[in-house]
Amino acid sequence: MSRRHRWDTDCVMAASTSPPLDLSAALVLAPPTAAEWLVILPVVWCLILGALLVMMRRNVSLHPVIAIVGLAGLVGIDGLLLLEVIRNGPLTMVMGRWLPPFGIAFTADLTGALFALIAALVALAAGVFSIADINDSGRRYGFYPLLMVLMAGVTGAFMTGDVFNLYVWFEVLLISSFGLLVLGSEHEQIDGTVKYGFLNLVATTLFLVATGYLYAVFGTLNMADIARKAEGLRSNAPLMTLAGLYTLAFGMKAAAFPVNFWLPASYHTPRVVVSALFAGLLTKVGIYALIRVMVMLLPVEREELSFVLAIAASLTMIVGVLGALAQSDFRRLLGFLIISGIGSILAGIAVGGPGGIGGAIFYALHSMLVMTALYFASGIAMRLGASASIVTLAGLYRRHVGFAALSLMLCFAVSGLPPFSGFWPKVMLVKAALDIGAWWLAAVLLLAGFLTTIATGRLFLLAYWREQAVAVGETPPLPAATLAPLAALTLLTLVLGLYPEPLLATIQDAAAGLDDPSAYRESVFPGGWPQ
Amino acid sequence: MEAWFALLVGVFFTVAVYLMLSKFIIRVLLGVAVLGNAVNLLIFTGGRLMRGVPPVIADDAQVLAGPAANALPQALILTAIVISFSFFAFLLVLSWRAYDDLETDNTDEMRVAEPVNEPAPPLGY
Amino acid sequence: MRSVIFRTVAPFLTGLMMLFSVFVLLRGHNEPGGGFIGGLIAVSALAIYGIAHGVQTVRRAIYFHPMTIAGAGLFAASIAGIVSLAAGVPFMTGLWIYPSLLGVEVPLSTVMLFDTGVYLVVVGAISSIALSLEERGGE
Repeated sequence: MSRRHRWDTDCVMAASTSPPLDLSAALVLAPPTAAEWLVILPVVWCLILGALLVMMRRNVSLHPVIAIVGLAGLVGIDGLLLLEVIRNGPLTMVMGRWLPPFGIAFTADLTGALFALIAALVALAAGVFSIADINDSGRRYGFYPLLMVLMAGVTGAFMTGDVFNLYVWFEVLLISSFGLLVLGSEHEQIDGTVKYGFLNLVATTLFLVATGYLYAVFGTLNMADIARKAEGLRSNAPLMTLAGLYTLAFGMKAAAFPVNFWLPASYHTPRVVVSALFAGLLTKVGIYALIRVMVMLLPVEREELSFVLAIAASLTMIVGVLGALAQSDFRRLLGFLIISGIGSILAGIAVGGPGGIGGAIFYALHSMLVMTALYFASGIAMRLGASASIVTLAGLYRRHVGFAALSLMLCFAVSGLPPFSGFWPKVMLVKAALDIGAWWLAAVLLLAGFLTTIATGRLFLLAYWREQAVAVGETPPLPAATLAPLAALTLLTLVLGLYPEPLLATIQDAAAGLDDPSAYRESVFPGGWPQ
Repeated sequence: MEAWFALLVGVFFTVAVYLMLSKFIIRVLLGVAVLGNAVNLLIFTGGRLMRGVPPVIADDAQVLAGPAANALPQALILTAIVISFSFFAFLLVLSWRAYDDLETDNTDEMRVAEPVNEPAPPLGY
Repeated sequence: MRSVIFRTVAPFLTGLMMLFSVFVLLRGHNEPGGGFIGGLIAVSALAIYGIAHGVQTVRRAIYFHPMTIAGAGLFAASIAGIVSLAAGVPFMTGLWIYPSLLGVEVPLSTVMLFDTGVYLVVVGAISSIALSLEERGGE
């Protein structure tokens, strides 16, 4: 009881603004710098553009232009933010001048800024791809406003420094993802959305349950404040319960085994560009939240749960890739590959340490780029071959050599073969697992990589290399809008594979920043802890 | 009083889980609605309960006279209510659409996206 | 609905409820009320009108598409936050001006703009759902 009374008094101190009191104890008095505005700008930018696009219902032909320019702007803002964070450490902007932990803080550290930048790149690629994939009725339905609001939710989730606020951003991106998923309203899509909708709602509600307990235990929702208080509460508060609940909730969002079944049930139903967007963004937001909460806020609990996490990770990897081997639908196959990738990331979180966490972050960023690109490839294959099933799809190599080459590169990249971006995180993860003596986890990682090679190899053999048995008519022309984003993302994975040093160094700093969040705390509480 | 609320939260969760285990979408939907309320009550109880002392500072004072009710959980709950309300509305429309288009509200029979007899992938070529 | 009494009363009831919703919205700054509950009252008003006179009449009466209204609300709320950029204070800081209108001081604030935005978002989003449900129910 006495603890609660103290918060209440604190609240009141913060709330009263009459002149005799010292305002600096409650309010941020210094004007925010331009760099600090960069923390909040990506979210506001997306929201304002989304709102403008919703209001422009009558001229939908302008939607793609505005959205693509807006997303390019988002990439620019996120890039500037990342540069600023690399140079000067984490940045914080508090809402409405209230000092944290009472004011909601938006804090961008290296991890958040990296995820935000890659997410913006993926969204920009999807924006370009959508020119060819979203027709007029899709535009009228509101694809582009939903896309912008989805990006606001994703970016907000990466930037926020408050657990409840994280929940709110999860819901923002969830509600816009519902809208994107049913776009078209075919039977298949409604079926997929029902499963996606209900299961994801249960996951976010679990997240909310965990957050309710967290507040009951800590009396604060600010991440920096939680990280500080966890040490003192560990002996007499049920922090393991919290960690378990968060793992379940975020594991469900990330589609980890055994709560992964919503993903292959829904990801192959919407428009290709929507699948690609979801593959790149949604599960990775769950992974980001898991890293943030388990590594930065509850590190000791992560250590204790690491065996459970490792088992879940192994099963996710194996179940995912076996599912991929059993599929004949191009997009469902990819859905299972996403799950397998999530398993690798979870393995990194289970192992921990700079190598494990760094590997997990790198793998997540790599997976965002590659899975999106692979979904683009599936869309183009469906255009060229007029079929989504690899039973009937054949001879794509003959139809478009360049496209087949790009697809082959992506197949290599997703399997973790050099010289693509998947190779380095895989090496980091295997090494980290071996370093802590978890040889079996390393073996599973390698086995999953091997099976992924078989799955993608079979895909390539059947859909691309196999001779077309029946004669086909003229190959439909490929719009540049479909090939360009595919080529750009593939090139990016190649560049990151050949020249990974800058990204690797940044990721190692990001992992170190999560392990020891003193810079993060210093950014939220510049003058030390509030008394 | 917290103990009684904890018990009530438990009852809510039981009802919600029971309903959500059903095959029929409409029951699952009702389960989701109850689940949202269960969580709201949980947050409310987690913020500690206090009756009849609003956290309002008297006109002639600078700080609160004594302990008062915690206002933050109520703000959290308000947010959660708004969110769960809009989700409920969306899922209601979706369920109706699903019932209209798929002509079933039994999730076991909703196999449009994942057909039962999918051809196995070819073993060679 | 066929009831003559209901059809006659509905427009008056709708007007009254709309007025009340704005009252609740403006009251919300210092007393119970606010954008969300005000918006819900407005949507109930529209729903009653829709039950009495059909969904098409409501769509004509509100002139804008419901989602456009929601978009305008989102825009207003975002602008309310970004005004702080010009004022040199952190995002979402409440800023007040007190213009005097016909000798009466009218306090206006970004907080109120934000709340109005919430009101419009709720009116737009929920009425679009409610109207589509009513449309399907009438089939």
